[in-house]
Amino acid sequence: MANKIEVRDFSFFYDDFQALHGLNVPIKQHQITALIGPSGCGKSTFLRCLNRMNDTIKNTRAEGEVLLDGKNIYDLDVDVTELRQRVGMVFQRPNPFPQSIYDNVAFGPRVLGMDKNEPLDEIVRQSLMGSGMWDEVRHRLKDSALELNPGQQQRLCIARAIAVKPEVILMDEPCSALDPVATLHVEELMRQLASEYTIVVVTHNMQQAARASHWTGFFWLGRLVEFSETGTLFSSPQDGLTEAYITGRRG
Amino acid sequence: MTAPRRQLGIKLPTFLPRGWQEFVIERIIWLAGISTILIVALIFFFLIREGLPTFLDIPLRELFGSRWYPTEGHYGLMPLIVGSLVVTVGAVLIAVPLGLLTAIYLGEIAPQWQREILKPLIEILAGIPSIVLGFLGWVTLAPIIQQLGSPTGLTAFTGSLLLAYMALPTVISISEDALYAVPKEYRDSALALGATQWQTTIRVVLPAARSGLVIAVMLGIGRAIGETMAVLLVTGNAANIPEFGVGMFFEPIRTMTATIAAEMGEVAQGTLHYNVLFGIGIVLFMMTFALNSLASRFVGSQTARRRKGQL
Repeated sequence: MANKIEVRDFSFFYDDFQALHGLNVPIKQHQITALIGPSGCGKSTFLRCLNRMNDTIKNTRAEGEVLLDGKNIYDLDVDVTELRQRVGMVFQRPNPFPQSIYDNVAFGPRVLGMDKNEPLDEIVRQSLMGSGMWDEVRHRLKDSALELNPGQQQRLCIARAIAVKPEVILMDEPCSALDPVATLHVEELMRQLASEYTIVVVTHNMQQAARASHWTGFFWLGRLVEFSETGTLFSSPQDGLTEAYITGRRG
Repeated sequence: MTAPRRQLGIKLPTFLPRGWQEFVIERIIWLAGISTILIVALIFFFLIREGLPTFLDIPLRELFGSRWYPTEGHYGLMPLIVGSLVVTVGAVLIAVPLGLLTAIYLGEIAPQWQREILKPLIEILAGIPSIVLGFLGWVTLAPIIQQLGSPTGLTAFTGSLLLAYMALPTVISISEDALYAVPKEYRDSALALGATQWQTTIRVVLPAARSGLVIAVMLGIGRAIGETMAVLLVTGNAANIPEFGVGMFFEPIRTMTATIAAEMGEVAQGTLHYNVLFGIGIVLFMMTFALNSLASRFVGSQTARRRKGQL
């Protein structure tokens, strides 16, 4: 199975503090990769390195390589906005813009000028269908996105992310602000999206990783302790630390 | 060993029963609150009492006529109203774009060290007494404008430029606060969709901050329209109505505020002229009042509409 993203000897620094230590992570194409670990272990930092969102934080520094289809995204000739179109992101708290549902989904295609090639209405419709909410909102596209419930808002954010036709979707604890029903909705959606997109999800919730992902990486203090197929990692972890964490004895 | 229990709160005299303490404190706070309302009401009453004869004794056609010769009994306010409007509109046209762009630069683009230099400087600009800016306009700005072709250099534009710089600190700092209040999540998600910094600012941050920006502009206008000393010095004090067009910014004019300030000292109390000066005050008050209620209605409806997401 092809690696969509290949992370090699990757380290990351906030000023003098080293947050990530020489990581090597393979992200498989069209699979869901879950990253688990205690708070502050660097999994969110790592996720934000994959589309260079950490560039917006001052005094940070990256070492090593993140190869997207074989090309290092930290090379000087990489256009960051193009990278972020290819590698989309869904955040922890549902964060639709204070605009209409339609304008939220249309935002990305508009700023990227995609509406020149394809009618905007069609992009919006397909994206909302992709996030499984077209039937819920088709009659209220002009309503404010803030009137939706949190679960719908998060699925709208997913629709907004897939509207720019990314190849990879990064999800930073996408369900931590949602109730259990909405969480199952989003997990179901992730599984559907995996046929078309490569998904990397950071989660605190180990059941979620076990339920929804194909591959799981366990982070501890900025290091990748263990990485394997989800079934293997949860049933027969190789490392004592992993075992302690997933059985709830450490963390 | 047990630590002594800490006494929290303010200690009040113990000779009053607790119910009385409550009562006294409540009254003091009530007094503080009510005094503002009372003073506003008093000002309003006084203004009406002194200014009302203007509107009773002078026919409206005469009052809104174009001749302001108080010594000859002509009390046409139009030149003064137009003068104030021209200066204010000019100031707003300069201050609003400049202020908004500065705020965007400070809030979204400037590196930390530049922000730390610029922000105190802007506060200093706010602290310069208006008469000092007036001096500056008189000594340096007017000669420059004179060389550009105006006979004296004392024009509406000279006043607008000074007023713009007086309004700028207000516009900048309130707009910057409004931009700062926009959640970081909005910026992050825009950037994560492949938007550039500038697209993020224009399409997400500014619309989200819109109601705050409107307040900034309105307060800036309020600052400009009520200003007296600087415009008295540099606008030429000619109570005539300039011909409508771009050229009117480069004519000498006279504002309502400058008229009151200049003539109040020389007028005999109780005469019609004295009453008319207060009448001008009423007109000015009406204008700023209308401006403020317009602003609050606009802001109110903006917030309501934003809740519905129809920005």
